[in-house]
Amino acid sequence: MINTLRILTMLAWRNLWRNHRRTLIMLGAVVVGVWAMIFMTALTMGMVNDMIEDSISVLPGHVQVHHPDYLDDPNITNLLPLADATIAETFQPAGFLAWTTRIKVPAVISSERESRGVTLLGIDPQREEVMSFVDYGAVDGRFLAGPDDAGLVIGRKLAENLETELGKRVVLMSQDPENDIADRGFRVVGLFTADVQAYEEQYVFAGKKTVQDLLRVGDRVTSVVVLGDDYRNVDPVFEKVSALVDDGVTVSRWTEIDTYLGTMLRVMDGFVIVWVIIIFLALSFGLVNTLVMAVFERVREIGLMLALGMKPSGILGQIVIESMMLLVIGLSLGNLLAWATIKPLESGIDISVVAEGMAMMGAASVLYPQLRLEDVILANTVVLILGFFASLSPAWRASRFQPIEAITKVN
Amino acid sequence: MTAVRCVDLCKTYRQGDQDIKALDHLSIEVEDGGFVCLSSPSGGGKTTLLNAIGGLDKPDSGEVYIAGERIDDLSKGDLAELRLHRIGFVFQAFNLIPVLSARENVEFVMQVQGVPASERGRKSLEILEEVGLEGLEDRLPSEMSGGQQQRVAVARAIVSNPALVLADEPTANLDSKTADGLIDLFKHLNEHHGTTFIIATHDQRVMAYAKRLVRMLDGRIVEEIDQNAA
Repeated sequence: MINTLRILTMLAWRNLWRNHRRTLIMLGAVVVGVWAMIFMTALTMGMVNDMIEDSISVLPGHVQVHHPDYLDDPNITNLLPLADATIAETFQPAGFLAWTTRIKVPAVISSERESRGVTLLGIDPQREEVMSFVDYGAVDGRFLAGPDDAGLVIGRKLAENLETELGKRVVLMSQDPENDIADRGFRVVGLFTADVQAYEEQYVFAGKKTVQDLLRVGDRVTSVVVLGDDYRNVDPVFEKVSALVDDGVTVSRWTEIDTYLGTMLRVMDGFVIVWVIIIFLALSFGLVNTLVMAVFERVREIGLMLALGMKPSGILGQIVIESMMLLVIGLSLGNLLAWATIKPLESGIDISVVAEGMAMMGAASVLYPQLRLEDVILANTVVLILGFFASLSPAWRASRFQPIEAITKVN
Repeated sequence: MTAVRCVDLCKTYRQGDQDIKALDHLSIEVEDGGFVCLSSPSGGGKTTLLNAIGGLDKPDSGEVYIAGERIDDLSKGDLAELRLHRIGFVFQAFNLIPVLSARENVEFVMQVQGVPASERGRKSLEILEEVGLEGLEDRLPSEMSGGQQQRVAVARAIVSNPALVLADEPTANLDSKTADGLIDLFKHLNEHHGTTFIIATHDQRVMAYAKRLVRMLDGRIVEEIDQNAA
């Protein structure tokens, strides 16, 4: 068995290089195909990762706790039935990577010239920092100093829309739990910049205590937000949070809070598989053609080997091994090329020329390709498994030759 | 003991709109250790008979026995096994695997048989020396003359001491000196190892060595001469 495998491998290897030009052309096609699979996957996953991480940092974290009606009707009447201090006592010892509480309600912001509908976030800036899309250090002016900071931080684009600027006063108006108007003036202490322009227009930040006072809700909040290690694997965090709270609240994963984003993640994961398979299908025509040509060129020697006592399975094995050798060499070079082209781009590809289009999709104007081991394994596995099946047809035909007909065949 | 027995073999080929009877109710027996030459004009059926005996081609009807075992109804795999272990073949043309050197070609059958590498190496060098190819072991077929290639093919056919050697015009591409050497080798194997030879040939020198000469015409045996008796 080992002897036969050895001779089959030797024959396959030498036959592979009998027609250098054809082998090199096919090898080139495999290398480019594998590179395209991995490179495009890295770009796609980089974009998806960026969009999701940005989105998670804006809103959901990985897991949130709410009043059962809050996700359907996010207004101030649907506060969590727990005091902020009680939540802190429960969550602080649990050892999460990061967690915070927020008040998040719709509001209207007015300058002396314009008004806009916004989402008001009452936050604890220290706890929020690792979860936020806002880079505190890059804020024009300053970010909030603490939960009782009386200032307001708004997006640069919103400031433009309101025709206001740093240091000016604006009025925020919302409702308290009794449906009475709650409003007060704030001084704009900071202007933040976001990768996605829509965020600059939508969110305004104030101290959590200041917002609690404004809305007359005492020590209550609308959300607890918890961050885990991996947005693709939030179940451990979800279970841990579920164990900490009672039945009167709802615990949700980010995929349930932002269903669009969750669906997009699943679609993109599926797209990667479809993309890899489509490229392979294009490749497989070349592969099968190469093998069929190789088999037709060697009809007489295949007949000779059968006549000398090699079993049909040996002939089949030889052609399949030849195909696998071609694919393994192509995969190795393709992987290397993909790695060599993606690594230098991991610091980011500037796509600001299409920034508006990307912003509409919720993506930033710098794309960070992400070379993930699982995507490389997926591409390699698909090529090897489908390549094996693609090579079976010509190999099967070769193994079915009648020895004497094959030996006497005139090319 | 009978090495080969063919009973009432028929084989018809279609050529254009004509049926050609390559074997026409042919029966023959060859004893163990026999040295039989088949001769006929071209198209007389000798190659078809060799192919049927070697399990390379199935007769339309009739039976073929090798060492008492019926082989014409065996599966492809079983026929391959039979050829691998019990029959050595020398074909008229296109004998060698182009990507293997002379030594690798000779080792091919032994390698598929599972003979250890050291034994393969020793035997292949010995047999190549015996057929006069010492020093050419590492040459590819494309680097050898037709005669040298034929000798490699003969070496491959006999290196694993098969009980039966089927040779189709083995001297056709050889000069007279090499052909004589090859015939001597066949005789030596026949006399000292008891190898049975069935050779299809036009070569008078080969026929002269044969213990038994079988003349064929239109797929039938028309004359048998026991040259030992003569």
